[in-house]
Parts: sequence; structure tokens; C-alpha cells
Amino acid sequence: MKMNRRQKRTLWRILIAAALFAAAELLSHSVDALDGLRSLPLFLIPYAVIGYDILWRAARNIAHGQIFDENFLMAIATIGAFFTGSFGEGVAVMLFYQIGELFQSCAVASSRRSIAALMDICPDSASVVTENGEIQTVDPAAVAVGAEIVVKPGEKIPIDGVVLDGTSTLNTAALTGESAPRAVAAGDAVASGCINQEGTLRIRTTKPYGESTATKIVELVEKASERKARTENFITRFARWYTPAVVIGAALLAVLPPLILGSGWKEWIHRALIFLVISCPCALVISVPLSFFGGIGGASRAGILVKGGSDLEALSGASTVVFDKTGTLTEGSFTVTAVHPSVGSAEALLETAAHAEIYSDHPIARSVRESYGEAPDARRVAHTEEIAGRGVRAEVDGHTVHAGNSRLMDDAGAAWHACHHAGTTVHVARDGEYLGHIVISDRPKDDAAAAIAALRALGVSRTVMLTGDAEAVAAETAAALGIDEWHAGLLPADKVSLLESLLEKERGGRGKVVFVGDGINDAPVLMRADVGVAMGAMGSDAAIEAADVVLMDDRPAKIPQAIRIARHTMRIVYENIIFALDVKALILILGALGVAGMWAAVFADVGVAVLAILNAMRALRVPQ
Amino acid sequence: MTKTFLLEDLDCANCARKMEDAIRQIDGVTEIHVNFLTQKMVLTAEDARFDKILKEAVRCISRVEPDCRVIL
Repeated sequence: MKMNRRQKRTLWRILIAAALFAAAELLSHSVDALDGLRSLPLFLIPYAVIGYDILWRAARNIAHGQIFDENFLMAIATIGAFFTGSFGEGVAVMLFYQIGELFQSCAVASSRRSIAALMDICPDSASVVTENGEIQTVDPAAVAVGAEIVVKPGEKIPIDGVVLDGTSTLNTAALTGESAPRAVAAGDAVASGCINQEGTLRIRTTKPYGESTATKIVELVEKASERKARTENFITRFARWYTPAVVIGAALLAVLPPLILGSGWKEWIHRALIFLVISCPCALVISVPLSFFGGIGGASRAGILVKGGSDLEALSGASTVVFDKTGTLTEGSFTVTAVHPSVGSAEALLETAAHAEIYSDHPIARSVRESYGEAPDARRVAHTEEIAGRGVRAEVDGHTVHAGNSRLMDDAGAAWHACHHAGTTVHVARDGEYLGHIVISDRPKDDAAAAIAALRALGVSRTVMLTGDAEAVAAETAAALGIDEWHAGLLPADKVSLLESLLEKERGGRGKVVFVGDGINDAPVLMRADVGVAMGAMGSDAAIEAADVVLMDDRPAKIPQAIRIARHTMRIVYENIIFALDVKALILILGALGVAGMWAAVFADVGVAVLAILNAMRALRVPQ
Repeated sequence: MTKTFLLEDLDCANCARKMEDAIRQIDGVTEIHVNFLTQKMVLTAEDARFDKILKEAVRCISRVEPDCRVIL
């Protein structure tokens, strides 16, 4: 266990006081001249060694009007023990309390270190290339936008930018949680926080340090504790009245029973002192925010940025997950998904279409050429003509080729037939003879179906897909992914009203509605949902602003993972609350009944705090 | 104006909460967060009287936990 100077000093004091205390116990029992009141000085020595700082702070804080100060209550409890004649107990409780505090201080320091390590993704220096070509190491905050920086292998990229020169692979694990390295070359945009693994890169910065990816992630996570969860607010309110209530309870316990029963002052005061020992709500006040912090920090390591405890809490109760389609569940780029030749081979059909569309800039033409694989031979093509709203006509190898929609086929007099696949169909005809068609559509992401299945396994009762696309396309995607409900042909405003109706449906129950979008054009919907999730949106400030959760990459599988992290964290939060409250309540009751002594009370105070902190640290570990 | 300050030797979570409560009472403070884990205080207050409010806040902090130092 790593200790700082203060902690080491406390440890020595504990050891010395323990030895002196043991000697006092031994002497008071074996030497007749030192029994009863005459043993008091023997016990006051270890008490002073172990408790002087508590007593001093108690006096100082009471002068500042802090009556419910922890030190003060501890001082009263132990001095009270001396007055009731239990010298040994007075020393032991103080000793035990200091041991607990030391443990607690070490546990807090260790969790602070873990969190600092988690947040250590921003390098604190950058190597800038100066005007005369020298390399200078400077504070990254001082690097101007547009400056040239050098990142050597093994170093973290300090500032967002574009690669000018060099090739390498980047480890993006700190940002996205993905261990697969990403290859970069000149012209590629790179984010700060990535580790350069191989070659030296020269980078032109595109953002100031303060607005670079890694800096923003750290800022988001640190700010997360400001958006407090309902549970955290409950703890804060609880802490406000807990100490006064227990102290008042102690006062009543010391006074009322002896007055009513007419005797036993000493016994009841002793029981009241037990109350004072447990009057600090520390275990809860530390461990609940720590659990949230751990969960949010752990999630950020997996590339899931959660803006606050309240969002993590809401996410854990997700019952409806609404997805935007294009770019969220699907790739958002068009590719050839089917080639159906009526004449000849699929390759021949693609070849003819790619040549006919050789000069077209239309996205569909581009995906046909891409699917063909090689560059079409311009020498084989002549007289190309674009027919607006229909397609293209061109001479390929001396034949007239039409490639386009059904109306173009009618114009060409080709006997076309419709395709059962949803998507955009490009029909191809040569000299009026129908050759077949190519279907172009937006492909679902590889992990989309698995993500939907995982959501269902997590108990999400309803998955919904919203899209501006045509019915047929939406129906096919929904069926392929196993989505419960879909709405097609929507305008952005329709998405908001649909989401509102879903929120209305959930209002009765406790389920939350999560909306997942790619952050483009869906800021209003992101804001309206209980939890708005923006995907792959580190570049878009509007989406980061509007969303509650920001995913560093655009994989739908991160959604079930985020829900798992949220639930894992909430479970730990509830464990801590229930454990701490139960132990305290139990010791209060047993203390009042005279069953539990001060030892148990010290455990209920500092022991519970230490256990709760250790439990909270589990939130840092992300469930896969 | 919003500024962030480091708090050295902030040792008790309940104290951080008490500091927050006390600083919130100061006239002119719009937002205050005392983060026990990161040992940081984020103070948002009126621009014109910021320095005066900050001084007051530092006093609140040393009243709750005299060992805790605000690094200005």
C-alpha cells in the first residue's frame, strides 16, 4: 500500500499508541496500586498520542460553529467514555477510529490514482516544428492551430490534426476501447489521445489543445459528476439531516430513559456515545459519487462518454431503444448488394453498367464502379449522355447501353422486370435487350443485428427504427435486424413527434426511452429523449452538446454495452446504499438496546466506509 | 465567470458537501461544485465581484476543513 508522509506518520502514531495502550491495560490489571481511578494517567498517555489531532480539530471547528463536525463528535464520544469510567474503551475507540480513517484515506488515495490513470490520455508536451525546421518541445496548450507537430513512435498524439507526412498505425484504445490498430497515412485526420505505434508522423494541427478530442473527453468525464443522479441527490439530502438526527437521538437516549426509569445514568450515557460514533454519513457520501465516477470513467475507456450520473441512471432503466436508420444501424453509404443478370454473367452485367456510367458523378454510379473493382476502360465508351431522373445512355463496345430506372427501360423498349430486393434498382439494357439489374442499397452494419439481439437479451422490450427512407427499404432492414417497430418516410419533425408519442407510452411505467442517432440533423430528437446517444460524433459539436451519451465510434454494439455498464454501476450504487444504511441502522438499534458496543460503532462508521469505497472501485471495471 | 481551483488535502467527502452548501449561500454565486474525487472546485459567480466572492468561498472552505488549501 502506497502511503504519503501524513499517512505514514499516522501509522507510526497508531503503532506507538497501541503499544502504550497494551502496557496500560497490562499494568492496570496486574499492579494493585494502579486499579480504578488511579489508572487514569496510564490511559491518558496513549489517548493523547492517538487523539491529539482529533481533539485539536474538534476545538478549532467548534470555534467555527461546526457543531456536527466529525472530529467534535468523536472527541465527545471518547471523552464521554472516560467520564463513564471506561478508560480502556475511550482509548480503544479512538485508536480504532484512526486505523479506520487511515484505511479510508489510503482507499481514497488509491481510487484517486486509478481515476487519474484513467484520465491520463492527454500528453503534457508537444514537439513543434519551428520556422527554421528545428523541433521544440512545448506545452501543447501553447501550440497554434495550423502548426506542424511531430509525433514519434510510442508517443501520444497531443492535438487533433491532419497527417502531412509519414505512415503509421494508431492505437485508439484510449478513445474507442477498440484494440485493433488503425492505419494512417498523409491526408488522414487523427485525433489526440491515440498512440502512434510505428512510424514518425508529421501533423498539421486543426484544433487548439483545449478543443482536441482527448482534452474534451477528460473534460466531459470530469464534469460528469456535476450532473447528479437522483440517487446522488438523495444521498446529499440524507446526509444533511442524518448527522443532526443521530445527535439529537443520542441526546434523547442519554436523558429520557434515566429520567423515566430514575436510574442508570452511566449506562444510558454510554449508549448515547455509541450514537455519536456512527453519526457521520461518510460511507455514503464518498462511495455513491465514487461509484458513478467509476462507471463513467470505465465507460469512457470503452469509448462511451456518459455526460453525467443522471444519464447513467436513466440508461440503466432503458426499456425502449429508438434508432435512426441511416448511418446508425446502416453504413450510410451505398453499395451494390445484389446483381441479377437476365442474360450472361453477373460480372459481365457489372462491367457493362460500370462502363456506361463511367463519367457519372451520381452516388449510385460511383457504387456500381466501385463494385466493378477496376477502372472502366474509357476507350470502350463513347457518346455518354445523362438523362435526368432516369439514368444514362452510352455506346459501349459499339452497342447502345441504357442503365437506369424502369422509365428509362420503357424508353429503351427493354422488357424489364421488378426486383424483390428493397433498394435502388439499376436496370441495364443493350440495344433494347434487357440484360438484368443491379440492386444498390445501404448495408446494415456488421454488428447491428447482434446489437438488437443483445438489447432484447438485456430486457429492452421495444426496439424502434425511424427513417426518412421508403417503406420497402425500411421494412427489409427492420426484418433483417429483428427490429420490433419501424416508421418510414419521416421528416426530421416527424421523428420528434414520434419520439414524443413513445415517451408518452412509457410515462406510466418506469422505463426510459433511449434514442440513438448519428448526430446529423437529429439534435432535436437527441434532446427530447430520456437518453440521447450520438454516434461517432466526436467531430460534431452540436451533437455532443445535444446528446447525453456520446459514442466515440459508430458501432451499434456499444449501445447494449453502455446499458450493461449503467446497470453494473447502479447495482454497485444500490449495494453501497443498502449496505451502509443497514449496518448503521442495525448498530443504532443494537447500541440503543445495549447489545452493541463502541467497537461495533466504529466499524459501522469507518469500516463500512472502507468496504463501500472498495466496492465502488469495482465500477471502474467495465463488463464486456 | 467560471473558474476551476485545485483543493489540496481535501480529505473528507462529507466536508466537500458541507463546503458546497456553505458556498452556495454566498450572495452572487450562481453555481458551485466541490469534487471530492478530483479535488477540484468549480465556481461560477458574478464577474464584477468574482474576487470578493472567491475570498469568501475560501473562508467557507477553511471553516469546514482548516487543513484544506485552495490553490489560487
